[in-house]
Amino acid sequence: MVRIYMDHGATTRPDPEVVNAMLPFFNELYGNASSLHTFGQEAAQALISSRKTVADFLGAEPEEIIFTSGGTESDNLALKGIAYLKKNKGEHIITSVIEHPAILNTCKYLDDIGYRITYVPVDDQGLVDPADVEDAVTDNTILISIMHANNEIGTIQPIKEISAIAHEHGVLVHTDAVQSVGKMPVNMDDLGVDMLSISAHKIYGPKGVGALYVRKGTRLLGLSQGGSHEMKKRAGTENIPGIVGMAKAVELAEQRLEGDTKYLENLRDTMIRKILDSIPESYLNGHPTKRLCNNVHVRFSYVEGESLLMMLDMKGVAVSTGSACSSKSLEPSHVLAALGIIPEKIHGNLRITLGHENTMDEVDYVVENLIDIVKKLRAMSPIAPKD
Amino acid sequence: MYSEKVMDHFSNPRNVGEIEDADGVGEVGNPVCGDMMTIYIKVDNGKLTNIKFKTFGCGAAIATSSMITEMAMGMTIEQALEITRDSVADALDGLPPVKLHCSNLAADGLHAAIEDYLKKKEAGN
Repeated sequence: MVRIYMDHGATTRPDPEVVNAMLPFFNELYGNASSLHTFGQEAAQALISSRKTVADFLGAEPEEIIFTSGGTESDNLALKGIAYLKKNKGEHIITSVIEHPAILNTCKYLDDIGYRITYVPVDDQGLVDPADVEDAVTDNTILISIMHANNEIGTIQPIKEISAIAHEHGVLVHTDAVQSVGKMPVNMDDLGVDMLSISAHKIYGPKGVGALYVRKGTRLLGLSQGGSHEMKKRAGTENIPGIVGMAKAVELAEQRLEGDTKYLENLRDTMIRKILDSIPESYLNGHPTKRLCNNVHVRFSYVEGESLLMMLDMKGVAVSTGSACSSKSLEPSHVLAALGIIPEKIHGNLRITLGHENTMDEVDYVVENLIDIVKKLRAMSPIAPKD
Repeated sequence: MYSEKVMDHFSNPRNVGEIEDADGVGEVGNPVCGDMMTIYIKVDNGKLTNIKFKTFGCGAAIATSSMITEMAMGMTIEQALEITRDSVADALDGLPPVKLHCSNLAADGLHAAIEDYLKKKEAGN
């Protein structure tokens, strides 16, 4: 039975090296990193070296890394941690309309409790215009949070320019880099951001662990109170196996970054070209070049995304879709809506996110099957033009 | 998420297509919402002798369309009008709660085709 995983934007297969690095921290090295005895110190040592690995990877200092349970918690900590602390200075936050729900719903929550949120728009390729961000800044703005790369369409935002604008106005900047880390260089000094969220399971690491980078001198309120873990910003016994796994994933990502990026760009561009060339009325969503090296986001007129996904699944291929029928709310993807795609064309979309284990043969297999599936669904569709 | 019966009807939908000289056509849903269904019926002597459908939508929309054509085939018009969203969903061994509106669409589509037939018949008399 064919099993092809092309949903690396959702999660990745933990690298065997990652799993091996973690195992001793379940089996033998199970100490609490806060304990003074040898068991504890073994764990503490692992925590220290993992923090350094992650910091080095981001071009940061170890004390600038707060380990969390993942991207969502990192985003919550960044937004609420700043909002709560700066309540007396201002109540205005700027973000974009295409953020991940971890940001959008945190903003909605902050809005509910009295903060004011501005959502800057994107153009039809999903790009934020830094000028719109600047226009939105007021005397009360305390934070700007714009994602580094979009999780659905893969568009890469001009974060460096946005950081520069923010700092001219004395405003802090956060970016959700959950999707970009491991797929392009992510360096704190280069990006200029004050905070950045990352997650381990998107880079062949374990689930349930991530980090928030917080630039030295940036104060924020911790969200959970308890012991003095993680620079007193995140109480709770550290998830040492997860953190060790994350450090190993980061180490591998650093070694593979250049090779993986080139390899994936080639797979991506070949796949996009083959799909657009062989399926009539198929379109690429997002930006043609400012996009993640592994992201293929396409839409097909007259068919619906969940049907596409299920038929591909029956052929052993795992992808995802932002169609309304596939969501619990029955609302189409807010990202695709923000691109201005007309509602009746929005449903037949697929997100194919490649990984370094995918091959060109797999790309060919998926494209061949996709051609048949779109044909089959169009033959069934009352809105498709007749042949 | 879907029952085996839903998957069966989705992957091998019965009675897909159009009927050129249909006695009744029902068109429900709209492409903006991502669900649209057209049902064609042939009626002979008060009985549904042929039913075809075309559907734009998710797995559940396609499966409920297929199921309802199979259920209604051979029924009298009165019997077919008694098919409800619940009976379609039950025949498929249930649907996820968020997908129940799809069975609604199928029942509405069939009923709309029958109404169209009845209206045409009345106009003809």
